[in-house]
Amino acid sequence: MIEGMEKIVREHRFFADLDDDMIKLIAGCARNVVFKAGQYLFHTGEPADEFYLIRQGQVALDVVAPGRSAITFQTADAGEIVGVSWLLPPYRWMHDARAVDLVRAIGMDARCLRGKCDADHDVGYDMMMRFVPLLVSRLQATRMQLLDVYGTPA
Amino acid sequence: MVPRVARVLRARRELSDVWTLDIDAGVNGFVFSPGQFNMLYAFGVGEAAISISGDATDHGNLVHTIRSVGKVSAALANLKAGDAIGFRGPYGVGWPVEQAEGSDVVIVAGGLGLAPLRPAIYHVLANRDRYGRIALLSGAREPAGMLFRRELEQWRTRFDVDVAVTVDHADSDWRGNVGVVTTLIKRAAFDPDHTVAMVCGPEIMMRFAAIELEQAGVPGDAIYLSMERNMKCAIGQCGHCQLSTDFVCRDGPVATYTHLNRLMTLREL
Repeated sequence: MIEGMEKIVREHRFFADLDDDMIKLIAGCARNVVFKAGQYLFHTGEPADEFYLIRQGQVALDVVAPGRSAITFQTADAGEIVGVSWLLPPYRWMHDARAVDLVRAIGMDARCLRGKCDADHDVGYDMMMRFVPLLVSRLQATRMQLLDVYGTPA
Repeated sequence: MVPRVARVLRARRELSDVWTLDIDAGVNGFVFSPGQFNMLYAFGVGEAAISISGDATDHGNLVHTIRSVGKVSAALANLKAGDAIGFRGPYGVGWPVEQAEGSDVVIVAGGLGLAPLRPAIYHVLANRDRYGRIALLSGAREPAGMLFRRELEQWRTRFDVDVAVTVDHADSDWRGNVGVVTTLIKRAAFDPDHTVAMVCGPEIMMRFAAIELEQAGVPGDAIYLSMERNMKCAIGQCGHCQLSTDFVCRDGPVATYTHLNRLMTLREL
């Protein structure tokens, strides 16, 4: 079972370059999950106890403000990651994540992985080096969205 | 410098503030390269540099897509079939459609930037066997702001082109990609060592797209951007469009990222 999960984790783009030991370590925190279209992977404010490596389908990341309908600010497709708040306190989701269509993913138990990061700082450093560029690129994307570059010049 | 007088054949609304004009190029027709622009003259109002957005093989029909943002562009956008319009051109350096032969082609368009790229898209699709993989990545602010939506849908039905579209924001009715157009670059399939990229859109979007393409391994001199500056004479004489030692009207508007990289981050320019 674990062997099968190791193969699935290795096939995912995000972890494809990990060595065998690391794959084995990470696969111990992984499980297969499926979400139907419209189903939520998680909601704002909930504990960030599981993040997802998307294998198939599309996930919309939504922000919801009172009195307004949800705004999708990003979508994630196969080969991408949903959920970065698991890595840093307060370990709570800052947005909703909704399956746009049938989504197959690897669910990573964040508590389990955080434990392994604490126990072995090499693992922790590797996770940081993978997730920080993700955070930076999302920050850059947010800057571009804030600039509203396609708006009509004043 | 004297504009030719022509008639508008057709005016169609693309978006709330964007119009496309088909202009009768006359019996002698009009020859241009994808990426070049014309100076369009709204009589009694003024002149503006507008990229050509039509098919370069259609010599009788001159097509321009105009966003109504100022006095001149609003006057141009308000023209109707049968109205007179002045034009002179074509001007500037266009897209490297011939140099790109044999390579993969990545086309990145942001907002109205799809208009200057459309002649290049027509060209590569009409000569499909001369190119490797083709990725067309297009971004807009929201679904309602997507230019040439019907054509994008048509291109998407082809098996030999990878078309991806994204919007910066959407509500839950939108079932496509959401995120800035640069995020599509990572998902596109191309061989970075044998790729020519053509990028057009707001300058900051082009800069981020070029950075993303470089990170993907595409050399800066294979990344082409189309710059926009306030052009007046269009023949490299008046200096209105000066960008350091370049005159965008004459040396551009299309140039490589290697050439433009430093200039794009200088505040004074």
